[in-house]
Amino acid sequence: MSLLQQAGFLLRITDSHKIARRYFVVNGFDGALTMLGLIIGFLVSRPAEIEIIINVCLGAAIALGMSGMSSAYLSEAAERKHALGKLEEAMVADLQESAHGDAARWLPVFIALVNGLAPFIISLLVLIPLWLSNAGVVLPLSPLYAAIAIALLLVFLLGIFLGRIAGISWLRSGLQTLLIAIVTAMFIYLLTGN
Amino acid sequence: MVSVKRIVLDVLKPHQPNALDFSQAIAEVGIDYRVKLTVIEMDENTETLRLEVQGNAIDFEGVQAVITSMGASLHSIDEVEVQGGADTGNLT
Repeated sequence: MSLLQQAGFLLRITDSHKIARRYFVVNGFDGALTMLGLIIGFLVSRPAEIEIIINVCLGAAIALGMSGMSSAYLSEAAERKHALGKLEEAMVADLQESAHGDAARWLPVFIALVNGLAPFIISLLVLIPLWLSNAGVVLPLSPLYAAIAIALLLVFLLGIFLGRIAGISWLRSGLQTLLIAIVTAMFIYLLTGN
Repeated sequence: MVSVKRIVLDVLKPHQPNALDFSQAIAEVGIDYRVKLTVIEMDENTETLRLEVQGNAIDFEGVQAVITSMGASLHSIDEVEVQGGADTGNLT
Protein backbone atom coordinates (compact mmCIF):
# COMPACT_ATOMS: atom_id res chain seq x y z
CA MET A 1 0.00 0.00 0.00
CA SER A 2 1.43 3.39 -0.98
CA LEU A 3 1.69 6.19 1.57
CA LEU A 4 -1.28 7.97 0.01
CA GLN A 5 -3.40 4.80 -0.01
CA GLN A 6 -2.40 4.15 3.61
CA ALA A 7 -3.42 7.69 4.60
CA GLY A 8 -6.75 7.26 2.76
CA PHE A 9 -7.30 3.93 4.48
CA LEU A 10 -6.62 5.39 7.95
CA LEU A 11 -8.97 8.30 7.24
CA ARG A 12 -11.66 5.88 6.08
CA ILE A 13 -11.49 3.46 9.01
CA THR A 14 -11.73 6.30 11.51
CA ASP A 15 -14.21 8.37 9.50
CA SER A 16 -11.74 11.25 9.89
CA HIS A 17 -12.10 12.58 6.34
CA LYS A 18 -15.41 14.13 7.43
CA ILE A 19 -13.76 15.78 10.46
CA ALA A 20 -10.89 17.10 8.30
CA ARG A 21 -13.38 18.46 5.74
CA ARG A 22 -15.38 20.17 8.48
CA TYR A 23 -12.25 21.70 10.01
CA PHE A 24 -11.11 22.90 6.59
CA VAL A 25 -14.36 24.79 5.97
CA VAL A 26 -14.81 26.10 9.51
CA ASN A 27 -11.25 27.39 9.87
CA GLY A 28 -10.96 28.48 6.26
CA PHE A 29 -14.03 30.61 6.89
CA ASP A 30 -12.36 31.96 10.04
CA GLY A 31 -9.30 32.93 8.02
CA ALA A 32 -11.25 34.71 5.29
CA LEU A 33 -13.52 36.60 7.72
CA THR A 34 -10.62 37.61 9.98
CA MET A 35 -8.72 39.07 7.03
CA LEU A 36 -11.91 40.77 5.82
CA GLY A 37 -12.38 42.30 9.27
CA LEU A 38 -8.80 43.51 9.51
CA ILE A 39 -8.79 45.01 6.04
CA ILE A 40 -12.12 46.81 6.52
CA GLY A 41 -10.72 48.03 9.85
CA PHE A 42 -7.78 49.55 7.97
CA LEU A 43 -10.10 50.98 5.31
CA VAL A 44 -12.18 52.91 7.82
CA SER A 45 -9.14 54.06 9.77
CA ARG A 46 -6.58 56.70 8.96
CA PRO A 47 -4.50 55.57 5.95
CA ALA A 48 -1.67 53.27 6.97
CA GLU A 49 1.38 52.13 5.07
CA ILE A 50 0.77 48.95 3.09
CA GLU A 51 3.72 47.31 4.83
CA ILE A 52 2.09 47.84 8.22
CA ILE A 53 -1.20 46.39 6.94
CA ILE A 54 0.63 43.33 5.57
CA ASN A 55 2.49 42.75 8.84
CA VAL A 56 -0.66 43.07 10.96
CA CYS A 57 -2.61 40.70 8.66
CA LEU A 58 0.29 38.26 8.43
CA GLY A 59 0.61 38.26 12.22
CA ALA A 60 -3.08 37.43 12.53
CA ALA A 61 -2.77 34.71 9.83
CA ILE A 62 0.15 33.05 11.65
CA ALA A 63 -1.70 33.24 14.95
CA LEU A 64 -4.81 31.69 13.36
CA GLY A 65 -2.69 28.92 11.85
CA MET A 66 -0.87 28.13 15.07
CA SER A 67 -4.04 28.28 17.12
CA GLY A 68 -5.85 25.97 14.69
CA MET A 69 -2.96 23.54 14.58
CA SER A 70 -2.33 23.28 18.30
CA SER A 71 -5.97 23.18 19.39
CA ALA A 72 -6.87 20.54 16.79
CA TYR A 73 -3.84 18.41 17.66
CA LEU A 74 -4.54 18.45 21.38
CA SER A 75 -8.25 17.72 21.06
CA GLU A 76 -7.88 15.09 18.31
CA ALA A 77 -5.03 13.30 20.10
CA ALA A 78 -7.19 13.06 23.23
CA GLU A 79 -10.23 11.88 21.22
CA ARG A 80 -8.21 9.27 19.31
CA LYS A 81 -6.58 7.98 22.50
CA HIS A 82 -9.99 7.64 24.11
CA ALA A 83 -11.47 5.87 21.07
CA LEU A 84 -8.48 3.50 20.86
CA GLY A 85 -8.78 2.69 24.55
CA LYS A 86 -12.48 1.84 24.14
CA LEU A 87 -11.73 -0.34 21.12
CA GLU A 88 -8.90 -2.14 22.94
CA GLU A 89 -11.29 -2.81 25.78
CA ALA A 90 -13.90 -4.26 23.39
CA MET A 91 -11.31 -6.36 21.52
CA VAL A 92 -9.46 -7.36 24.71
CA ALA A 93 -6.23 -6.76 22.79
CA ASP A 94 -3.41 -4.26 22.42
CA LEU A 95 -4.06 -2.39 19.15
CA GLN A 96 -0.99 -0.11 19.22
CA GLU A 97 0.63 -1.98 16.33
CA SER A 98 -2.56 -2.15 14.25
CA ALA A 99 -4.06 0.29 11.75
CA HIS A 100 -6.12 1.70 14.63
CA GLY A 101 -2.92 2.42 16.58
CA ASP A 102 -1.39 4.12 13.51
CA ALA A 103 -4.57 6.16 13.11
CA ALA A 104 -4.44 7.27 16.75
CA ARG A 105 -0.84 8.46 16.25
CA TRP A 106 -0.98 10.05 12.79
CA LEU A 107 -4.49 11.39 12.29
CA PRO A 108 -4.21 14.09 14.98
CA VAL A 109 -1.15 15.39 13.06
CA PHE A 110 -3.01 15.35 9.74
CA ILE A 111 -6.13 17.00 11.17
CA ALA A 112 -3.99 19.59 12.97
CA LEU A 113 -2.30 20.45 9.65
CA VAL A 114 -5.67 20.84 7.89
CA ASN A 115 -7.03 22.92 10.76
CA GLY A 116 -3.97 25.17 10.89
CA LEU A 117 -3.15 25.46 7.20
CA ALA A 118 -6.71 26.20 6.04
CA PRO A 119 -6.98 29.64 7.70
CA PHE A 120 -3.30 30.39 7.08
CA ILE A 121 -3.37 29.66 3.33
CA ILE A 122 -6.73 31.40 2.85
CA SER A 123 -5.34 34.44 4.68
CA LEU A 124 -2.26 34.45 2.45
CA LEU A 125 -4.48 34.35 -0.65
CA VAL A 126 -6.42 37.37 0.63
CA LEU A 127 -3.15 39.23 1.15
CA ILE A 128 -1.89 38.70 -2.43
CA PRO A 129 -3.04 42.15 -3.71
CA LEU A 130 -1.27 43.84 -0.78
CA TRP A 131 1.99 42.04 -1.57
CA LEU A 132 1.68 42.82 -5.27
CA SER A 133 1.04 46.48 -4.53
CA ASN A 134 3.95 46.54 -2.09
CA ALA A 135 6.17 45.04 -4.81
CA GLY A 136 5.23 47.90 -7.15
CA VAL A 137 2.67 46.08 -9.31
CA VAL A 138 -0.07 48.43 -10.44
CA LEU A 139 -3.51 46.92 -9.75
CA PRO A 140 -6.77 47.94 -11.48
CA LEU A 141 -8.27 48.80 -8.08
CA SER A 142 -7.00 49.74 -4.63
CA PRO A 143 -5.13 46.77 -3.01
CA LEU A 144 -7.41 46.90 0.04
CA TYR A 145 -10.54 46.64 -2.12
CA ALA A 146 -8.91 43.88 -4.18
CA ALA A 147 -8.14 41.97 -0.95
CA ILE A 148 -11.77 42.37 0.14
CA ALA A 149 -12.91 41.04 -3.24
CA ILE A 150 -10.64 37.99 -2.87
CA ALA A 151 -11.90 37.37 0.68
CA LEU A 152 -15.52 37.50 -0.55
CA LEU A 153 -14.67 35.21 -3.47
CA LEU A 154 -13.03 32.67 -1.14
CA VAL A 155 -16.02 32.74 1.21
CA PHE A 156 -18.27 32.17 -1.81
CA LEU A 157 -16.09 29.22 -2.93
CA LEU A 158 -16.22 27.69 0.56
CA GLY A 159 -20.00 27.98 0.35
CA ILE A 160 -19.97 26.18 -3.01
CA PHE A 161 -17.83 23.44 -1.44
CA LEU A 162 -20.34 23.09 1.41
CA GLY A 163 -23.21 23.00 -1.07
CA ARG A 164 -21.58 20.16 -2.98
CA ILE A 165 -21.08 18.18 0.26
CA ALA A 166 -24.69 18.73 1.29
CA GLY A 167 -25.95 17.97 -2.21
CA ILE A 168 -27.87 21.25 -2.40
CA SER A 169 -27.67 24.06 -4.94
CA TRP A 170 -24.07 25.32 -5.08
CA LEU A 171 -25.26 28.81 -5.99
CA ARG A 172 -27.63 29.02 -3.03
CA SER A 173 -24.98 27.72 -0.65
CA GLY A 174 -22.33 30.07 -2.06
CA LEU A 175 -24.67 33.04 -1.77
CA GLN A 176 -25.54 32.09 1.83
CA THR A 177 -21.88 32.21 2.93
CA LEU A 178 -21.34 35.36 0.88
CA LEU A 179 -24.29 36.98 2.66
CA ILE A 180 -22.71 36.12 6.03
CA ALA A 181 -19.47 37.80 4.92
CA ILE A 182 -21.33 40.88 3.67
CA VAL A 183 -23.30 41.18 6.94
CA THR A 184 -20.02 40.81 8.85
CA ALA A 185 -18.46 43.55 6.72
CA MET A 186 -21.46 45.81 7.37
CA PHE A 187 -21.25 45.25 11.13
CA ILE A 188 -17.54 46.07 11.12
CA TYR A 189 -18.17 49.17 9.03
CA LEU A 190 -21.05 50.34 11.21
CA LEU A 191 -19.32 49.70 14.52
CA THR A 192 -15.87 50.95 13.61
CA GLY A 193 -16.51 53.53 10.87
CA ASN A 194 -16.99 57.23 11.33
CA MET B 1 5.60 -30.23 -0.98
CA VAL B 2 2.65 -29.72 1.34
CA SER B 3 0.49 -26.69 0.67
CA VAL B 4 -2.55 -25.21 2.39
CA LYS B 5 -5.46 -24.92 -0.04
CA ARG B 6 -8.22 -23.66 2.21
CA ILE B 7 -8.59 -22.33 5.72
CA VAL B 8 -11.64 -21.26 7.69
CA LEU B 9 -10.96 -18.88 10.55
CA ASP B 10 -12.97 -17.50 13.41
CA VAL B 11 -12.02 -13.82 13.69
CA LEU B 12 -13.10 -10.96 15.94
CA LYS B 13 -12.70 -7.53 14.36
CA PRO B 14 -13.72 -3.92 15.09
CA HIS B 15 -16.46 -2.51 12.77
CA GLN B 16 -13.77 -0.65 10.88
CA PRO B 17 -12.16 -1.52 8.51
CA ASN B 18 -15.38 -2.76 6.98
CA ALA B 19 -15.88 -6.25 5.56
CA LEU B 20 -14.91 -5.16 2.05
CA ASP B 21 -11.63 -3.48 3.04
CA PHE B 22 -10.85 -6.36 5.37
CA SER B 23 -11.41 -9.06 2.72
CA GLN B 24 -9.48 -7.12 0.10
CA ALA B 25 -6.47 -6.70 2.41
CA ILE B 26 -6.42 -10.45 3.03
CA ALA B 27 -6.84 -11.26 -0.67
CA GLU B 28 -3.81 -9.05 -1.40
CA VAL B 29 -1.55 -11.42 0.60
CA GLY B 30 -1.45 -13.87 -2.33
CA ILE B 31 -1.94 -13.57 -6.07
CA ASP B 32 -4.72 -16.16 -6.36
CA TYR B 33 -6.49 -15.85 -3.01
CA ARG B 34 -10.24 -16.15 -2.90
CA VAL B 35 -11.75 -14.75 0.29
CA LYS B 36 -15.24 -15.31 1.63
CA LEU B 37 -16.22 -13.34 4.71
CA THR B 38 -19.40 -13.98 6.66
CA VAL B 39 -20.45 -11.84 9.62
CA ILE B 40 -21.71 -14.25 12.27
CA GLU B 41 -22.42 -11.86 15.11
CA MET B 42 -22.29 -8.14 15.68
CA ASP B 43 -22.24 -6.06 18.84
CA GLU B 44 -21.67 -2.41 19.67
CA ASN B 45 -17.94 -2.28 18.85
CA THR B 46 -16.99 -5.61 17.28
CA GLU B 47 -18.12 -8.29 14.88
CA THR B 48 -17.39 -12.00 14.77
CA LEU B 49 -16.52 -13.34 11.34
CA ARG B 50 -16.18 -16.63 9.56
CA LEU B 51 -13.33 -16.04 7.17
CA GLU B 52 -12.68 -18.55 4.41
CA VAL B 53 -9.50 -18.21 2.35
CA GLN B 54 -8.78 -20.38 -0.68
CA GLY B 55 -5.63 -20.40 -2.74
CA ASN B 56 -2.99 -22.56 -4.33
CA ALA B 57 -0.60 -22.17 -1.41
CA ILE B 58 -1.96 -20.08 1.44
CA ASP B 59 0.61 -18.18 3.50
CA PHE B 60 -1.03 -18.55 6.90
CA GLU B 61 1.52 -16.31 8.66
CA GLY B 62 0.87 -13.59 6.08
CA VAL B 63 -2.90 -13.84 6.52
CA GLN B 64 -2.54 -13.74 10.30
CA ALA B 65 -0.26 -10.68 10.09
CA VAL B 66 -2.86 -8.80 8.01
CA ILE B 67 -5.63 -9.78 10.42
CA THR B 68 -3.59 -8.38 13.33
CA SER B 69 -2.57 -5.24 11.43
CA MET B 70 -6.26 -4.46 10.84
CA GLY B 71 -6.88 -4.55 14.58
CA ALA B 72 -8.65 -7.92 14.49
CA SER B 73 -7.77 -11.05 16.38
CA LEU B 74 -7.76 -14.66 15.30
CA HIS B 75 -9.80 -16.78 17.70
CA SER B 76 -9.51 -20.19 16.10
CA ILE B 77 -8.72 -22.16 12.97
CA ASP B 78 -11.98 -23.97 12.30
CA GLU B 79 -11.24 -25.83 9.06
CA VAL B 80 -8.11 -26.58 7.06
CA GLU B 81 -7.57 -28.25 3.70
CA VAL B 82 -4.00 -29.25 2.98
CA GLN B 83 -2.63 -31.01 -0.07
CA GLY B 84 0.58 -33.01 -0.21
CA GLY B 85 2.53 -34.15 -3.27
CA ALA B 86 5.62 -33.52 -5.36
CA ASP B 87 4.06 -30.84 -7.55
CA THR B 88 0.78 -29.62 -6.17
CA GLY B 89 0.42 -27.10 -9.00
CA ASN B 90 -0.52 -29.87 -11.51
CA LEU B 91 -3.18 -31.45 -9.35
CA THR B 92 -6.82 -30.85 -10.17
